[in-house]
Amino acid sequence: MSMLGMYQPGSSVVHGMPAGGKLALMVLAGVGSIFLAQAWQVGLAMVGVLGLFLLAGISLLTAVKQIRPLLWIVAFVALFHVILSGWERAFVVVGVIAGLVLLASLVTLTTRTTDMVDAVVRILRPLRLVGVDPDRVGLVLALGIRSVPVVVALAEQVRDAQRARGLTASPRAFAVPLIVRSLRHADALGEALVARGVDD
Amino acid sequence: MPVIEVDGVTHVYGEQHGRRVVLADISVRLTERRIGVIGANGSGKSTFVRLLNGLVLPTQGSVRIDGLDTRRHGREVRRLVGFCFTDPDAQIVMPTVREDVAFGLRRRGLTKEEVVSRVARMLDRYGLEEHADHPAHLLSGGQKQLLALSSVLVTEPSILVLDEPTTLLDMRNAAKVADAVSQLEHQVVLVTHDLEMVKGFDRVLVFDDARVVCDGAPTSAVEHYRRIMT
Repeated sequence: MSMLGMYQPGSSVVHGMPAGGKLALMVLAGVGSIFLAQAWQVGLAMVGVLGLFLLAGISLLTAVKQIRPLLWIVAFVALFHVILSGWERAFVVVGVIAGLVLLASLVTLTTRTTDMVDAVVRILRPLRLVGVDPDRVGLVLALGIRSVPVVVALAEQVRDAQRARGLTASPRAFAVPLIVRSLRHADALGEALVARGVDD
Repeated sequence: MPVIEVDGVTHVYGEQHGRRVVLADISVRLTERRIGVIGANGSGKSTFVRLLNGLVLPTQGSVRIDGLDTRRHGREVRRLVGFCFTDPDAQIVMPTVREDVAFGLRRRGLTKEEVVSRVARMLDRYGLEEHADHPAHLLSGGQKQLLALSSVLVTEPSILVLDEPTTLLDMRNAAKVADAVSQLEHQVVLVTHDLEMVKGFDRVLVFDDARVVCDGAPTSAVEHYRRIMT
């Protein structure tokens, strides 16, 4: 959710870190997580991640909310590992997944989308040599993030219209207008981007 | 005031069988500060205003803004002419309010401090400061339209074109946006169905069936419009 504009403003050390640095540390943490094999190591890493949330001035309740959407997947993975390799392995795998998701959430909760996009643009700059336009990639990233709530709202409107006309069980009656309206929105957005000088 | 020159413009959508003339031989020279554009749906008024910042290039004829042809100087023209659309959702391109206002200032060679200060000034002017870091999609319709207006005005255009900015809003929000528009110092070209909004304007164009059928003071233009609509 945080990438959809749920940035929580603050003046903590975590907020103050450059976006590129945070992304790099996240990648390092991902690579480093491969080496976590013991339950105590995962526990320690988790304490560290939650400590970073507190350092950023973000409540642990917000942290828990970040992993709630993953609950079913995590439960399934945990059960799978408990049956096949025992509780300790299950704890390690689930702990690593939850820890990395929490870390990614922390980055997005403490980083403005524009800073994130700027960091991605900087990282991609060497690709100019092979014809990639980093600014365009950054814009696509930002627009992708911005479009999620728009498409969700369009889906709700289409579902309401569907219910009002008694077409509750028709996937086609849902998908066709949603696609048409999304394409219309994309068209209007494109026009707005041109008007705001994106192509200039 | 900047000078808008539309010279012998005809615009056609589609080809052969699906061919539709949306503007037919329009010539106007606009130098007034407040210009209203009214007309029925499909009369060509939205296409007309889209010509003014080069969003639409005419099939025939030319459009010049302060002497700059929209066909050859699109970039310069877009910097002179800001455009505000009917649906604010379609023009908000960044996730948060502050980021969206700042978006138009990218690649303008401004320092970070300059961007921050210009954005803060604009948010303060339209009462959006307390929502600065909120997701833009959670604003009310009126606030979204004010955000769209701020995002355009922050780039300091000389002319502001507004295409039915109050059509999707309730009365209270429409009044807020109308009030904001009435306080603008810029040259304003406003397309609207709200005839009250053009009352104090300097000049009003009435469109009907791809042509300007009346061009004059608000009273006579509105009267003409009412006549052709009944």
